[in-house]
Amino acid sequence: MNWKYILPVALFAGIATALAVGLTLEPGKIPSVMLDKPTPEFDLPPVMGRERGLASDELKGEVRLVNFFASWCVACRAEHPLLNRLTEDGLVPVYGINYKDRPEDARAWLDRLGDPYVRSGADIPGRVGIDWGVYGLPETFIIDRNGRIRYRRAGQIDQQTLDQTIRPLIRELSQ
Amino acid sequence: MRSLFLALALIAAGIVTGLAPAWAVLPDEILDDPVLEVRARELSQEIRCLVCQNQDIDSSNADLARDLRILVRERLVAGDSDDDVKAFLVARYGDFVLFNPPVKPTTYLLWFGPALIVLFGAGAVVAYFTRRRRRHIEPTPLSAAERQRLERLLSDSETAEPGPR
Repeated sequence: MNWKYILPVALFAGIATALAVGLTLEPGKIPSVMLDKPTPEFDLPPVMGRERGLASDELKGEVRLVNFFASWCVACRAEHPLLNRLTEDGLVPVYGINYKDRPEDARAWLDRLGDPYVRSGADIPGRVGIDWGVYGLPETFIIDRNGRIRYRRAGQIDQQTLDQTIRPLIRELSQ
Repeated sequence: MRSLFLALALIAAGIVTGLAPAWAVLPDEILDDPVLEVRARELSQEIRCLVCQNQDIDSSNADLARDLRILVRERLVAGDSDDDVKAFLVARYGDFVLFNPPVKPTTYLLWFGPALIVLFGAGAVVAYFTRRRRRHIEPTPLSAAERQRLERLLSDSETAEPGPR
């Protein structure tokens, strides 16, 4: 075992492993720092055409989904049927936060595509979004019974994420 | 000649435009207090726009960048220190929102790694050279037969023709 020959190989193996792992990482996907923290406090007015808005102290007591959406967001449009199905199936109550949208546009969008939200709030200036660490739409959060954020999905939910990540987590949190 | 002059003028214009700093601050965002505004601009240049991710919020045209610029100014007006503003953003978006990663145990490798590698390399070089000098090999004395062969070779080379210089 000659150290002279082993050391460069070991060094190379170490660097190669680090780089290979790096190739699988996605630095663009920023992990949420809000996980396991209580939801930020907020009190939002209703989306146009609805009577009640949404406030943070209503997000305790059961497992819920909070979905940030807007009428101008194409990916939200793509994920909307999935949310409609979720509400029909009754898997988990879905709450919505309308982010930086025009009131009339939001109402028309929900009227046209269906309203899956138990209740939704209008965050027109976008400050509530910043408090939640939202940096793009759509973003979906799973809130547990104690009002803590347990999961954040940046980007639209697809069937695979729903089946492999979201459903199991909701089952686990509901026990 | 005229086309050459024109080409040079265009290149010069391009260079001058490229050197101009890009900023996206809109007039309605600019604070009345110039001291605070300067602080806001400098802070903004340390904060990453999370939409574009390679630009700071001072130069990004994204909606989120504008919202964050306004937020930074609001907090400065409310009396926050630079560190307070940064802490506010890090609490919501994580360390990635800052362009300068903080020095903490998870980033020690990032900050000190290169220096450590240089030290390691320098150490290896030093060790190699000092070991060479210390290794003094005693030449084994020639046997009688080898001495004769050596003399024969040397006398042969004296009578040989001198090679090219």
